[in-house]
Amino acid sequence: MTTTPEIDDAAVRLSTAPEPVGPLRSRQLLAPLRRTWRQLTSMRTALQLLFLLALGAIPGGFLPQRSLNPVRVNEYKAQHPGLAPWLDRLSLFDVFAAPWFAAVYLLLFVSLAGCLVPRIRLHARALRKPPPQAPGTLTRLPVSGSWETDASVEEVLEAARRALRSGRWRAVRRGNAVSAEKGYLRETGNLIFHVSLVVLLVGIAVGAFYGFKGTVLVKEGTGFANAVLNFDDIHPGRRFTEGSLVPLHFTLDDFRATYGEDGKARTFDAKVRFAPNADAPLRPYDIRVNHPLHVGAAKVYLLGHGYAPRVVVRDVDGTVAFDQTVPCLPQDTKFVSNCTIKVPDTRGQQIAFDGVFTPTTVQDPATGRVTSTHPAAQSPALTVVGFRGDLGIDAGVPGSVYTLDRRRLTPIDSGKAHLLATGQSWQLPGGGSITFVDTTEWATFQVTQDPGKGIALLASCGIVLGLCLSLFIRRRRLWVRAVPAGDGTGTPRTVVEVGGLARTDPDTFAAEFEELTGRLREKIPPREADKE
Amino acid sequence: MAHLSDSLLFAAVVVYALAMLGFAGDQATRRARRVLAEPALRAAPSRVLAGAGGPPLTEPAVSPAPSREKGWAGSLALGLTALGWLIHLGSVVTRGIAADRLPWGNMYEFSCTAALVAVTGFLVLVARGKVDRGLGAFVMLPVVLYLGLAGTVLYTKVGPLVPALNSYWIKIHVAAAVTASGAFLLSGVIALLYLVRSRFDERTVAGSAIRFPVSLGRALPAAASLDRSAYVVIAFAFPVWTFAIIAGGIWAEAAWGRYWGWDPKETWSFITWVLYAGYLHARATAGWKGRKAAWVAVAAAVALIIDYYVVNIFVVGLHSYA
Repeated sequence: MTTTPEIDDAAVRLSTAPEPVGPLRSRQLLAPLRRTWRQLTSMRTALQLLFLLALGAIPGGFLPQRSLNPVRVNEYKAQHPGLAPWLDRLSLFDVFAAPWFAAVYLLLFVSLAGCLVPRIRLHARALRKPPPQAPGTLTRLPVSGSWETDASVEEVLEAARRALRSGRWRAVRRGNAVSAEKGYLRETGNLIFHVSLVVLLVGIAVGAFYGFKGTVLVKEGTGFANAVLNFDDIHPGRRFTEGSLVPLHFTLDDFRATYGEDGKARTFDAKVRFAPNADAPLRPYDIRVNHPLHVGAAKVYLLGHGYAPRVVVRDVDGTVAFDQTVPCLPQDTKFVSNCTIKVPDTRGQQIAFDGVFTPTTVQDPATGRVTSTHPAAQSPALTVVGFRGDLGIDAGVPGSVYTLDRRRLTPIDSGKAHLLATGQSWQLPGGGSITFVDTTEWATFQVTQDPGKGIALLASCGIVLGLCLSLFIRRRRLWVRAVPAGDGTGTPRTVVEVGGLARTDPDTFAAEFEELTGRLREKIPPREADKE
Repeated sequence: MAHLSDSLLFAAVVVYALAMLGFAGDQATRRARRVLAEPALRAAPSRVLAGAGGPPLTEPAVSPAPSREKGWAGSLALGLTALGWLIHLGSVVTRGIAADRLPWGNMYEFSCTAALVAVTGFLVLVARGKVDRGLGAFVMLPVVLYLGLAGTVLYTKVGPLVPALNSYWIKIHVAAAVTASGAFLLSGVIALLYLVRSRFDERTVAGSAIRFPVSLGRALPAAASLDRSAYVVIAFAFPVWTFAIIAGGIWAEAAWGRYWGWDPKETWSFITWVLYAGYLHARATAGWKGRKAAWVAVAAAVALIIDYYVVNIFVVGLHSYA
């Protein structure tokens, strides 16, 4: 491989990519700092950081992550008691919140910024500057041609400049040549792409700091008002303030899921009535998957659903001690669901039930085991085990509504399970009864506010636009030189030299060059004698 | 209609397999001719356009003319590929009609469509003279294996979609993802072939022993042209992939309430994206050009395969549909 000295000059550099690190001549004190900075902003370091980023994300793609599914993280820890604590120490269950992951991407973005700023400056200068002077010998460029003409040097250059300008080249006279360049948008696109990446990071950060996410379970016939206290689970950003919550409220009138024969879900549909604030009238809306409710800056999504059987419990004297719909938590795809019924207000001991709700109930005649064969409520049943004693909810210790504290409870009927179909009752030994009245449903909703979303979307548009420009636009340069020839007697003779250079896709450029020289030959006709 | 689609896919695989044999036969005859005409092998020359600092403008010489000799076996194979492509297209279309939706709803359908994109890409590149058809055997072999696997292991009966997939964004997000995946898989094959060929060239120049699989390099187009082809395909697929991820984010925002959540599928799409971004930069960075960059392209294709198959089958996440 040899380098041709004639074209080895600035004119043929088509990129504003940073030059490799040269010898340092700065003052002793700053030298190490400068060296570090240059190293960090070099392409090689950026590449290494990029690969490190990919490598670092891999455990996040294979190991369960706390942010997604804390239950599965605990399962994993139980299964791998030796390994898991080490993984946890390395933040491998929280990869995307880990300090080392943040270090990699922040370094990458610093490196990017350090590279971008000078490139933007260089490109801005290149946009204002005329295309560079022609290199020494045009015929040594990748594509070139020459011919003689009767036109004068002045005529040749003017014609060439006009022809190139009409082809939307940036063309200027420089000495005895016309310098032309095209495809500045390539670098512009490149810069838009990288700047957009930085903007995207800003959008993500805004969302993480000022955003809010909360989930809530709502039973049919009940309502929800958007306030931090009303959620079952919240994920506020670090800078989020309650005042920025949209004051919406809604009531769930009806939830409906439809399923195919195979038990796979077809549609989920939550019919709500909502109002954007306390004074506004209620308006109906269908919240479905892919069809959230928009209220101002907030969006309400349908997340999940389940069954809430209506249960009536009667006291020893026959008065109703409990009449509620009980949300049951689904355990599998056929919606076998766990229910907990607590009846604190009784005349005697407090009563509680552990129940299993099955929407399409099948009982094994041999073992008596109850399961569900379909997620739809085709033949719902509630199987309960009863308890009497102290529920432990008066002690002031917070407990989950979904679990029973059995320490001070004794099973009723030796802990035997009783299956209740719709409308059936179980007369408890020692008085009282439980009745499974009918089946209602519940749905979980997520309320989200992400103020960084718009920024991220804008940045994404910039990313795609910038990429397309930087990958599909070709930057190329072309020079036309006119040199007087002959002895100065008779008609003036001029040698026209044309040379071009493209950094990418030389095949396409060669074709374009052919076509261009063809057009130039029409404008600057070769001497009769030269015509073939 | 569903049966028709299955039969058409089977027919397409058979025709592709025949095309592969044709390409292989073409290689054999071409090699025989080449050996007779010119026993010495030239190392792929390249010339330097300029190099005043910055990434030197090394431009691979436009390959020692990807020998344009047209053997009858090659033409037949190319014809068979085109015929197979038509049948394959028919299979995908009838599948869509049978399901009454776009045929991208599960892994089987996605794989069939991705393979269709890969073959389309190959045919377009050959027609535009960007890729030597001598590559045919090496492209058709993975396509046949891939479709064979899709038709047996991943096969799923026609069915409607789960609710989360029921959105017009599926058309946009999955169309982009399937296009980019097909092209990326094609580029992965070409990058592997480049690695073989460049190793072959190196050993030939050094005069060292050449064993399988490096010996396959003899039948391949010049290294520089393979490198170019891989780049052309990736440069096309990368923005499409980027768009697919963004469209996925918009869809996720509507379906799950966040545009990005590091779900395993999202994580692996991100890894794939970063690796291809790395490839594009590596190709322009001194010390990373050539074989190192090609390895990055291969690694990225592996990440893509993990993204689609391993994540869907073994990792629990929101994208576990099929």
